[in-house]
Amino acid sequence: MVLLKIKFPFQKRVRLAQGLWLLSWVAMFSGAITFAMGVFLKTELHRRSEVMHSMDIHIVPNLLMAVGLASVGINICAGKVCQDSLDPSRFPRWKTFLPPFFCFSVFITSLLLVAMILSFALQPSLEESLKIGLKNGIRFYKDTDTPGRCFQKETIDRLQIEFQCCGNTNYRDWFEVQWISNRYLDFTSKEVKDRVRSNVDGRYLLDGVPFSCCNPASPRPCIQYSLLDNSAHYNYEYQSEELNLYNRGCRQALVNYYMGLMNTIGPCVLFDFLLQMTILVSLRYLQTAMEGVIGQENVEIETEGYILEKGVKETLLETKEKMKKILQFAQVGDASAVTPDTQPDAEKPATA
Amino acid sequence: MALMKVKFDLKKRVKLAQMLWLMYWFSIMAGVLVFSMGLFFKIELRKRSELMDNNESHFVPNILIGVGLLACFLSASGGKICYDSLDSTKFVKWKSIVKPFLICCLFFNILLIVTAAMCFAMRIPLEFTLAEGLKNGMKYYKDTDTPGRCYMKRTLDLMQMEFRCCGNNNYKDWFEIQWVSNRYLDFSSKGVKDRISSNVDGKYLMDGVPFSCCNPSSPRPCIQQQITNNSAHYSYDHYTEELNIWKRGCRDALVSYYGGMMNTIGILVLMVTLLHIAVMIGLQYVNTSLSTLVNPEDPESESEGWILEKTVKETFTDIMAKMKAMGKGNQVDEGANEEAAATVS
Repeated sequence: MVLLKIKFPFQKRVRLAQGLWLLSWVAMFSGAITFAMGVFLKTELHRRSEVMHSMDIHIVPNLLMAVGLASVGINICAGKVCQDSLDPSRFPRWKTFLPPFFCFSVFITSLLLVAMILSFALQPSLEESLKIGLKNGIRFYKDTDTPGRCFQKETIDRLQIEFQCCGNTNYRDWFEVQWISNRYLDFTSKEVKDRVRSNVDGRYLLDGVPFSCCNPASPRPCIQYSLLDNSAHYNYEYQSEELNLYNRGCRQALVNYYMGLMNTIGPCVLFDFLLQMTILVSLRYLQTAMEGVIGQENVEIETEGYILEKGVKETLLETKEKMKKILQFAQVGDASAVTPDTQPDAEKPATA
Repeated sequence: MALMKVKFDLKKRVKLAQMLWLMYWFSIMAGVLVFSMGLFFKIELRKRSELMDNNESHFVPNILIGVGLLACFLSASGGKICYDSLDSTKFVKWKSIVKPFLICCLFFNILLIVTAAMCFAMRIPLEFTLAEGLKNGMKYYKDTDTPGRCYMKRTLDLMQMEFRCCGNNNYKDWFEIQWVSNRYLDFSSKGVKDRISSNVDGKYLMDGVPFSCCNPSSPRPCIQQQITNNSAHYSYDHYTEELNIWKRGCRDALVSYYGGMMNTIGILVLMVTLLHIAVMIGLQYVNTSLSTLVNPEDPESESEGWILEKTVKETFTDIMAKMKAMGKGNQVDEGANEEAAATVS
């Protein structure tokens, strides 16, 4: 049985073609917007690539850009087909082109859904990548004289200021690394020697954070050093002090930022997907309706349009048979190519 | 002799009218642009109004907004006149209005030039306003518990970080004011008591700056306190240290930010002025070419167009003579009234 049959009188066909032509223009813009959003997302990810360890998440903007570009091309083709469908003499040349075109378009459009699913599924991967990247960034904060790492300090400082965050999980991450370079430590002073001796690795650890953790909204001037020592500062209690430093960790801030971006892009991508599928379904109806008109003298007859000529199961079986036949032809082709070689060999010993 | 006389046949007249209509559309868009830039400038001034003296003047952005709206209106009317000039029956109703309209356009163009000049000149009063405002802002930095000033600290910190500047003229301005509130000073400690007794006003002054002056590009962790004391920090010489804190003063930074904005706006207003002068001249040609038809009944006849009927000098003397005549006319009327009054009494 035919799948979703609809009768198409001449006027309906013409209106379908015209409406589809208009819709294909809208979808072309929508595809261009999808491409632009992919570019934007990729740029934003690239800007913070120094604090990301792996590039797995880049597949989402890459998919969006590829699908955006492909859908612009698909919609231009669809518009052309629509224009030609109004002229029955020009339509037959599309006959062989359309079936593979449909398969390709459906595949490309489904990639949009894949991109959306991936944007949620890759969130743990993004978080892990940021965790490792930020850990390294904080570890190499002091290495402003090591080539390849000399901009880590500036990157981390600007990141903390812009995203209003401190450290990886929270500000205490800074207590566990030496973030002051040995170049600026006076190793003859008692205080430095005590601190360095107080831990196994000989690192200068302190309960202080860099200036970029300071919160401008705090009513008092920023307290960066001796954070856990209430007596070091007048009228200060670190357990109840909320506004002095940023409370958020940078990993959480960045994950929220990127998830927010992807949640904003999500509805637009979904709209593009639905629009594209509508166009493909309507184009299929137009194609099948026009096939009934080809070769007829009277172009104004009523025809039927459908999505699949036979049911879904039968179509799949047919496709499988077709594939098998193509493979068999390929094998037979190989075999016939092999036999001419063996025959001369059989002949030669006879002559010799 | 007429100024810049040009011969017109029907085709040329139609082409001129069409081109002028298109140019009027552009000048409507230019008017919208000027309006939106005035609005943008006003919003930017409002954003930083806390850092400016109370009597900051919004005169220039207000003028820009007004001029933009007026430009849109004049361009729309001019476009309508152009559109109707192609049809001689419709143009008749505009005939009497075109001359005063053109004089209005002339005054409007002069206003545009004055506006552009003001945009360029506003830099100077802005500099004074900012100097005053920043000085006060820094004075109130510590007053985070005083209503009306409690956000000054945050505003200043965010501004110093955004514009990459420190203090009014430079970072030393912070040494001259007390920017740490008394609430956070331990008055029983010797250090605090020494500092307070060391100056006449009893202020807690120190050679330190707030954290927002720190430069993230510095290779070493930021030194905010005891900046001028070389021995307080290892391997530190404040004379040669360049990257530690921002060297620029915030007044400089803000003036160059607003100055750049105003220069751009001024240049754009000048370009809009040129466009308006061009359409004004075009409209004058359309008007004169339509009123000097060789054969008034035949729309396809030839005609002449010019900018001024006589030369500049003669037109000027004409206007002066007219004004004198108007003045004498008033005097004669007054003389007649006096005589009438004298005869009555």
